[in-house]
Amino acid sequence: MTDHPMPEPLLSITDLRVAFATRGGLVRAVDGVSLEVRAGECLGIVGESGSGKSVTFASVMGLIRPPGRIEGGSIRFGGRDLVGLDPAAYRRLRGREIAMTLQDASTSLNPALTVGTQITEVLLAHAEDLPAGHGPRRRAARQRAIDMMRLVGIPAAEGRLDDYPHQFSGGMRQRMMIAIALSCRPRLLIADEPTTALDVTIQAQVLELIAGIRATLGMSVVLITHDLGVVAEYCDRVAVLYAGQIVESGPTAQVIAAPRHPYTAGLLRSVPVLSDLDRPIQPIPGQVPDLVDLPEGCRFLPRCALAHAACHAAVPMRGLGAGRAARCVLAEAAP
Amino acid sequence: MRRLGNLLPGKLAKLAAAAVLAFVLMAAAAPLLAPHDPAATDLFRRLQPPGWMAEGDWAYPLGCDALGRDILSRIIYGARVSIFIGVVVVLIATAIGIAAGLAAGYLRGWVDRVVSGLIDILLGFPYLIFAVGLMAMMGPGVLNMVMALAYKEWVVPARVVRGETLAARETEYVEAARAMGASSTYIMAREVLPNILSPVIVVASVRIAQVIILEASLSFLGLGVQPPTASWGSMVADGRGYILDAWWVSTFPGLAILLLVLSINVASQAVRDAMDPRFHD
Repeated sequence: MTDHPMPEPLLSITDLRVAFATRGGLVRAVDGVSLEVRAGECLGIVGESGSGKSVTFASVMGLIRPPGRIEGGSIRFGGRDLVGLDPAAYRRLRGREIAMTLQDASTSLNPALTVGTQITEVLLAHAEDLPAGHGPRRRAARQRAIDMMRLVGIPAAEGRLDDYPHQFSGGMRQRMMIAIALSCRPRLLIADEPTTALDVTIQAQVLELIAGIRATLGMSVVLITHDLGVVAEYCDRVAVLYAGQIVESGPTAQVIAAPRHPYTAGLLRSVPVLSDLDRPIQPIPGQVPDLVDLPEGCRFLPRCALAHAACHAAVPMRGLGAGRAARCVLAEAAP
Repeated sequence: MRRLGNLLPGKLAKLAAAAVLAFVLMAAAAPLLAPHDPAATDLFRRLQPPGWMAEGDWAYPLGCDALGRDILSRIIYGARVSIFIGVVVVLIATAIGIAAGLAAGYLRGWVDRVVSGLIDILLGFPYLIFAVGLMAMMGPGVLNMVMALAYKEWVVPARVVRGETLAARETEYVEAARAMGASSTYIMAREVLPNILSPVIVVASVRIAQVIILEASLSFLGLGVQPPTASWGSMVADGRGYILDAWWVSTFPGLAILLLVLSINVASQAVRDAMDPRFHD
C-alpha cells in the first residue's frame, strides 16, 4: 500500500475475510480487507451501512461471535497475531491496549450502573499501576476516573461520578464512553461512528476531544464514519469500503481532491457543500449488492457510470504511488 | 412513606400489603400471640365450636379440633410453616434459577442445551405429582419438603432469567463491556444481572403464593409437616371427616390459606405494576 519503507505498523490487517452464516446463505461481510494503522496516526474508514467497516474492527477486537466467523487472513497488532489468540489473552488486550467505542453511546452505557462504577471497574480490571490493597486501590481508581472525566470535559466530574447514564445528555454520554475507552491509555482507539447520534456542535467538540487526546497520549485512532467531512478534517489517511472490500485508500487530502475510484467520487458528489449551494447533490444510483450473491467482477459495476468490459473480471487493488491505491480498472489511466 | 405509596398504588394493594405484613408479624410473634399451646390436646374440648356459637367458649375463639387443640393457636403457628417454606423455597429457587438462567442465556452452546433440556423435562411433570413422588422417596419433613419443591421451582425463575439474558446479551452495553475486556462471569454478574432483576423480583413475589399452596397441598396429603407441628394444609385434612358436624375445623385454616395467598397475589400484582414501565401512564 505504501512506497516508503516504514517500521512495522501498530496494526496491520492482511486479506481479512469474515462471513456470517445466515438462512439465505453465507454473507461475506468482509472480503479480503488489508490495511495498516501506524503509531500515532488517525485512519478514517468510510463506507455505507453494511460495507463491512464495523465488522472489520469487531474482528480486530475479537468480538465476532457465531454465526459470524473469521474465514481467513491475519490481524497483527504490536507484533502479535490476533486471529486465534486465546480468549484470556484477548481479554487482557481489549481495553488495555486496544479500546473501542461502539456506535451508539446512548445504549453503550449500562443503565443499571452508575457511570463511576462503569469506569472504575475497567480501571480495576486493567490498570497495572494502582496501589495494592482493596481500599487504596479503589480510591486511586476513583481518582483516576475523575481525572479521565475531567480530561474529556465533563464539568463537575466529582459530583457526577455517582450519576446514572440517564442523567447524562447524549454528548456527555459520548464523552463518558470515550473516558472509559481511554481510561487505561490504550495504544489504539477504535471509534465506531462516535458522533452519529450527536448534534453538529457536539460532534465537533467530541472530535476535537479525540484529536486532542490523541496528540496528548500519542495513540493511534481509527475513526469509522460515513461522514467524509469528518474524515477530511481529522484523518491522516482514509480507506473507503464498499461491499466488504477496500475500494480506495490513501492520504486523505489527495483522495478527496482527486478520487481514483468512481465510488469515492460518487460519495463526494453526494455530500452537500455549504459554500456552493447551487451545486446539485448527486446520489449514487442503485443499491449495495447482495453480500450473499456477489458478482465476480467489480462490485460497484451495476452502479458505475464508467463501466466497461474489463470490469466483469475480478479487479485487484492497484498501487498508484504516493501511498495511494484503488480497486478500479481505470485507476492507472488517471493522471 | 412516599416511595412505598408509589410502589403500591391503590387502596386494595395497600390493604393486601398490610395483610401480608400482618401474617408475617403473626408468624414471627406466634409464641406471644397464641392463646394456647398449639399441640396441647384436651379431650373434653373435642370439636368444641367457635366462641360465638351456643356451646362455644371465648377462650377458644375459633373452636377446637378433634383432639381438643385450639384452632386459633394452630393457625397462628401454622403461618410459620407456610411463610417459612414459601420464602425459603422461592429464595433457593431464585438463586439457582438466576445462576442457571444467566449461564444458559449468556454462554449459550451446550450449557444452554443442558439447562433448557432440564427445564423442558421438568415442565413435563405436573408439579404436585412430581413433589408427591419426591416426598414419597425422601420421606416427610420440612427440609425434605423444601427440597422437593425447590427441585422444580427453580425452573420458573430460570426461564425468566434466560429469556431476559438472551435479550440483554445483544445490547450495546454488553458489547461495550466485551470491547473493554470484561470476562463472561463479570458481564453476567455485573452487567446483565442488575438489568434483569426487576422481573425476577416480580416472579419471586408471585411464586411465594404458589409455593404456599403447594405446601398446603402436600401437607393435606399427609406428606408435609408431621404432627404435632401445625400446618394449614394438614389442619384442613384433619377436619375433613367432620365437615358436616364441625365445619370450623377445616374452614378456618382454609380461610387462612385463602387470605394469605390472595393478599400476596394482590400485593405482588401491585409490585409488578410499579416495576414494569409498560404499566405506567
